[in-house]
Amino acid sequence: MPHDDPHAHDHDHAPIEADGPQGYYQHLAAATRSLLIEKGVFSAGDMRAIIEKIDERSPALGAKIVARAWTDAGFRERLLAEGKKAIEAEMDIDAVAADIVVVENTADVHNVVVCTLCSCYPVFILGRPPDWYKSYAYRSRAVRDPRGVLREFGTEIDPAREVRVHDSTADMRYLVLPMQPEGTEGWPEDKLVEIVTRDTMVGTAEVRAAG
Amino acid sequence: MPDYDNIRQQHDMGGLDKGPVVPSAHEIELWEKQVEAIMRLLSMRKDRIVTVDELRRGIEELPPELYDTIGYYERWIMSLSNILVEKGVLDRAELDARVQELEAAE
Repeated sequence: MPHDDPHAHDHDHAPIEADGPQGYYQHLAAATRSLLIEKGVFSAGDMRAIIEKIDERSPALGAKIVARAWTDAGFRERLLAEGKKAIEAEMDIDAVAADIVVVENTADVHNVVVCTLCSCYPVFILGRPPDWYKSYAYRSRAVRDPRGVLREFGTEIDPAREVRVHDSTADMRYLVLPMQPEGTEGWPEDKLVEIVTRDTMVGTAEVRAAG
Repeated sequence: MPDYDNIRQQHDMGGLDKGPVVPSAHEIELWEKQVEAIMRLLSMRKDRIVTVDELRRGIEELPPELYDTIGYYERWIMSLSNILVEKGVLDRAELDARVQELEAAE
C-alpha cells in the first residue's frame, strides 16, 4: 500500500498493520544488510542459512512436543517443569533464544498466550507468528476480554473453567499444552500430531479429534 | 489516580479495545525475512550486538504517529538501524548515502 502522500485519501488514518511494499523501508533494510555484510558483521551465506532455519520451523514441531507429552507422562512432567530443557534434551529441537514455559490446559483451566507489548512468540517451535497475533486487536483485547476474543476464533470456553492469559516477554515465551480430546486415548504419536494445530498451542482454539 | 490511558506509551496496549480480531493470511515477503534474519544474526551472536530487548526499546521509542502508520517489519528495521547507529556499528551518513544510492538505482 503506497502512501507517498498520506493525505491523498479521505478515510481515517487507521493503523496500517499489514505489510506491503513501501520503498523507503525496503531500501533502509537493504542498506543496513549490505553495510553489515561489507563490514564483516555477517555474510550473505549467514543470512541465507538463518532464513532457511526459520522457514523450516512450523507448528508441526510444537505438535510433536504436545503428542509426546500426551503419550509420555514422564516427559509431560519434565516439560511442564522446565520447558526449554525438556524440548531441547528430549525432542532434539533447538529452541534457540528465550526461555519456554509450557502451560497446561485442564478441565478447570484454559490458557491463552499474548504479547501485549509487541509480538514475542516461540518462533523456533511454532514458526513465525500469524498476523492476528501481532494485531493491535489481539494484543489489546486478549487481556481485557479473553473469552470474547476466543469467541472470535470460534472457541467457547465453559464459564466454569478459568481462563488464564499469559503475557509473553522478550525472554519468556509460552507454549500451551492443550487438552487431549476424549476418544483419542491410545492413539499413536504420529496420529495425535495431526490433530494439534498452531492455534491450540497459542490457546485460541482447543484440539478436536478429527472426523 | 493517574490517567493511565493517556500517559501510557503507544506500544503498551494491553487492556485497551482495538476492535475485533481479524484472522489474516499475509504471506511474509523476502525483504521482511531479511529484516528478521538481520535481527536474529545480531542477537544470536556471543557478543549480542543487538538484543531483543533493545529491538523492542527502539520500536517503543518511535514517534506514536509513525508507530501506527508503518508495518510490522518496517518498525523493526527503523529500530534496528537506529540502534546500530547509536552503537557506532553503522554511521548515519553512510547509511543515508546507501539508501539514496538504492533509491537512485530504481
